[in-house]
Amino acid sequence: MGKKHLLDTVLVENRPLSRRYSMLILQLPDNLDNFEVLPGQFVEVQVADSPQTYLRRPISICDYDSVTRRMTLLIRRAGEGTEHLCNLAEGSVINIVGPLGNGFSVPGPGKEALLVGGGIGVAPLMYLGKCMAAAGARPVFLLAARTESELLLLDEFRAIGDLRLATDDGTAGEQGYAADHTALSRRYDLVCCCGPKPMMLGVARKAAATGSPCEVSLENLMACGLGACLCCVEPTLKGNLRACVDGPVFNTELLLWDLK
Amino acid sequence: MTAMQNNSNIQAADVSMAVEIGALKMKNPMLTASGTFGFGEEFADFIDLERLGGFIVKGTTLEPREGNPYPRMAETPSGMLNAVGLQNKGVDHFISEIYPRLKGLDTNVLVNVSGAKIEDYVAVAEKLSGLERISAIEVNISCPNVKQGGMAFGTTCDGAAAVTAAVRKAWPRTLIVKLSPNVTSIADIARAVEAEGADSVSLINTLMGMAVDVERRRPCLSTVTGGLSGAAVRPVAVRMVWQTAKAVGIPVIGLGGISCGRDAIEFMLAGARAVQIGTANFINPAVTVEAVEWMRQWCVRHGVRDINEIVGEI
Repeated sequence: MGKKHLLDTVLVENRPLSRRYSMLILQLPDNLDNFEVLPGQFVEVQVADSPQTYLRRPISICDYDSVTRRMTLLIRRAGEGTEHLCNLAEGSVINIVGPLGNGFSVPGPGKEALLVGGGIGVAPLMYLGKCMAAAGARPVFLLAARTESELLLLDEFRAIGDLRLATDDGTAGEQGYAADHTALSRRYDLVCCCGPKPMMLGVARKAAATGSPCEVSLENLMACGLGACLCCVEPTLKGNLRACVDGPVFNTELLLWDLK
Repeated sequence: MTAMQNNSNIQAADVSMAVEIGALKMKNPMLTASGTFGFGEEFADFIDLERLGGFIVKGTTLEPREGNPYPRMAETPSGMLNAVGLQNKGVDHFISEIYPRLKGLDTNVLVNVSGAKIEDYVAVAEKLSGLERISAIEVNISCPNVKQGGMAFGTTCDGAAAVTAAVRKAWPRTLIVKLSPNVTSIADIARAVEAEGADSVSLINTLMGMAVDVERRRPCLSTVTGGLSGAAVRPVAVRMVWQTAKAVGIPVIGLGGISCGRDAIEFMLAGARAVQIGTANFINPAVTVEAVEWMRQWCVRHGVRDINEIVGEI
């Protein structure tokens, strides 16, 4: 694993994807020593001086190009901090700490993985899918949202692997929750999931029922992101583990979730 | 000395930043606050740990503790509440697994000691006394997040004195007692622990606070109340350091919302011999060494050759 860095980056593109989501592309500096991004890792993003946004925001790395040193983040307007980030002008300096956390497993050649994302949880699946494809595995995406207009980056995902969709209102793909999608009715070499907790629990149960190993990315409230403060802990078979360094990705067998 | 005095004869290399807390010699006044800096290693990618005066590792108890249920933190204006509840793997784990990795560092490694009973504090201190590179312990009689996490001791003069007296017998090196701000007169508590042989007091631990999620109509923390830290508490901490430094003869270590070199100088002018940075490590993991450099440049600007000159100037 590479080093953790404290970096000023430059916002080179701020692309609104919908009313609620924006895609930020950050230019990282040259000559980074030992900078390596694993799929599923995140960065802690500083939000400039508002008393209401004292702590950094943990944001999943959506994509990273090691040649251009450009990092893509997806942001959902959820509160004052993310609202501020979505409104930043191109050319703004954004300070990040990262890459942080562990990552998803990347299966080897010929293996098939189902990558399930809901809402902003689709973010880490982009880079994960690319890493899987590069490793010779076959990623299948199952993306879910409340309605068609909130499904993000479909063309980009389709370019990496097969694409399945689920919407609550049936405006795209199958109507209903991701966990009820027919794509989950068979076994995969790995199921990876990121999204709201009820969705991840539903997907984890389906994966358990089909005998598929399952990894989920948790979004526990976090302060330092470095393993120091012990705020983001998740109860596991090994005791309370830190989502920021022992996760955010956990195999569901380690969690105390009821998978029946 | 006037505030804007500028003695151009002084170079950064001429400034002595070294301070002493009892027998503890530090190359500069900068420590990290327990519970915000892990075991130091978590920050080694960002700073050279040996540029710190020292660091204080996570609160350590006799037995392992799982801490409080999630959620354990809530962001508040210019600060945060926490209710971690002293999660740690216990003193034996520290001795066998952590200490061997830290003992070669050319800086001071201090251990924060917590307990529910006086005998527990004593037992931890005895076990740590065999580790020669642990140059000081900080006795936590002020954790607000555990029912018997020490704050019961820290909020009365008798309780604080009893813990201090017992640990003093078991611990041969520098003994620092970390005080709770959740008291009527922190100076009285400080005098009580000084009388029982404490070499120093550190203050402040977190202020008891509470936040409510109004949409869910529930407390933000699993424990309802928690400890407030961050820039929001700084003026309270400066006031308490100033009051305490006037009341005791032992050195005072100041902490509470220090986020940069300027803030550290503020605490030293108010009476702190050394400082700790806590929550600000979460926002800028390199803040400690940046603050030390700023303090050195401040000394140059102000014609201060020895940082000890400014302690308690107010």
